[in-house]
Amino acid sequence: MRTVHQPSPIALERAAYRRRQTVRSVLIAAASTGVLGTLLVVAVTGAPGWQRVRQSFLDAGVARAALPEVAAGLWLNLRLLVFCALGALAVGLVVATLRTLRGPVFFPVRALATGYTYTFRGLPLIIVLYVFTLGVPGLRLRGTPPVLVLGAIALILVYGGYIAEVFRAGIESVHPSQLAAARSLGLTYRQTMRFVVLPQAVRRVAPPLLNDIVALQKDVGLVSLAGPIDAVRAAQIATAETFNYTPYIVAGVLFVLLAIPLVAVTDWVTLRAARRQAAR
Amino acid sequence: MTPPVLSCRGLRKVYGGQVVLDGLDLDVAEHEVVALIGASGSGKSTLLRCVNLLEELDDGTIHLDGDHITDPRVDPDRVRRRMGIVFQAYNLFPHLRVLDNITLAPVRVHGRSRAEAEAQARELLARVGLADKAEAYPDRLSGGQQQRVAIIRALVNSPRLLLLDEVTSALDPELVGEVLTMIRDLKAEGMTMVLATHEMGFAREVADRVCFLDGGRVLEQGPPEQVLGEPTQPRTRQFLHRIIAAGRL
Repeated sequence: MRTVHQPSPIALERAAYRRRQTVRSVLIAAASTGVLGTLLVVAVTGAPGWQRVRQSFLDAGVARAALPEVAAGLWLNLRLLVFCALGALAVGLVVATLRTLRGPVFFPVRALATGYTYTFRGLPLIIVLYVFTLGVPGLRLRGTPPVLVLGAIALILVYGGYIAEVFRAGIESVHPSQLAAARSLGLTYRQTMRFVVLPQAVRRVAPPLLNDIVALQKDVGLVSLAGPIDAVRAAQIATAETFNYTPYIVAGVLFVLLAIPLVAVTDWVTLRAARRQAAR
Repeated sequence: MTPPVLSCRGLRKVYGGQVVLDGLDLDVAEHEVVALIGASGSGKSTLLRCVNLLEELDDGTIHLDGDHITDPRVDPDRVRRRMGIVFQAYNLFPHLRVLDNITLAPVRVHGRSRAEAEAQARELLARVGLADKAEAYPDRLSGGQQQRVAIIRALVNSPRLLLLDEVTSALDPELVGEVLTMIRDLKAEGMTMVLATHEMGFAREVADRVCFLDGGRVLEQGPPEQVLGEPTQPRTRQFLHRIIAAGRL
């Protein structure tokens, strides 16, 4: 028969003390948040120019009028994001894998992959965008894709460079003993990469990868430099019409709303990875 | 006359100016169990890794069943399929369940059906009392359980030769027994094995021959009673004295 454990007086006292401490810290946190918040509100609304700023940045009527246009622009951001994210992840994975190939036969491939990551991580995105959306159509080649596609290619190339490095870090973080174990079983190099190294690498770098995707989400709008109207560009147009900056705030809020699910997924993946590692 | 399962001649391996193997010779006959003993750095692990072609030799030849496997024209992947190696740190794949760890090579390398490979894996797991761990991930297993899974992972490929690299060195003392029992059973089944070990008592019990490695060569070899009981070489005696002082014999 197992008896129910009766906590000793000292254990009860410890639990009670911890409870009191918890209540105390919650109260302190609430009080300090309240004080800080009040101070901020007082400082901003008490500023000499607050009325003017409120009119030009927080006008409800302007916000309502601008919302459909800005939201339509955001739809473009979203589609571009999905397309570019998938493209950049694919490019990054392939380039990272090519960079790990050993042996003199693969020297050109390796050099090309290395040159690519160096070039496109160094080049400012805007310059790549200009070259692709303005330079490439200038060649007047038959079958040149639309500007939107060219812009997406530029984004994929730049972000592919970053993502390749993230993947490579993941691949190199897999311990050599894992490779030895896989090869000793008779797996070829390709099988080892596919079944042993890459699954572990991808899992390990999922949080920084999602971080890059969140950054990409904000950069896809730069294709508007070449004409297409994204959320920020739509806000700019609305602002130019009304001489009121509220549309920018609308766009900003929409961007944050769009980022929340992505950031939440990032946090969730990070947490899960941490739990798995801790269990090891 | 059939050739020995494993035949090493004049093996030499240098790591960054340090000679680890220095003209080492070793033959292993079928069904024979050879224990490699020697101080850390005497080349036990390097020898096993060279035999498995995980390390490239600087000189010497290795034959497996009479086939020259250190010929550069030989595909090392095909050679490795004919032997198994078990590592000190288990090296299970942490992202795969126990069952998938075991069936990876049978399915992907040896082209067997998944159902058949899984059935065999479950049977082998059951034989060592790990039937209920088939669906678990390696990090949920104790060290002794992980090492037994690693041995099964090597065994499902029906290797001609099993290399065991200090397979109990990373284990808590109370878990060593369960792994040694498994190796004992393998010997009873006639598996040809080369094992690097610090467990002198186990070497004495399970090995047909004990080889003392020193300075990258086999300095002394023979039946366990002789090498461990009445060593002729002073270096062997010194080594065994240190082991006794550490309470491992």
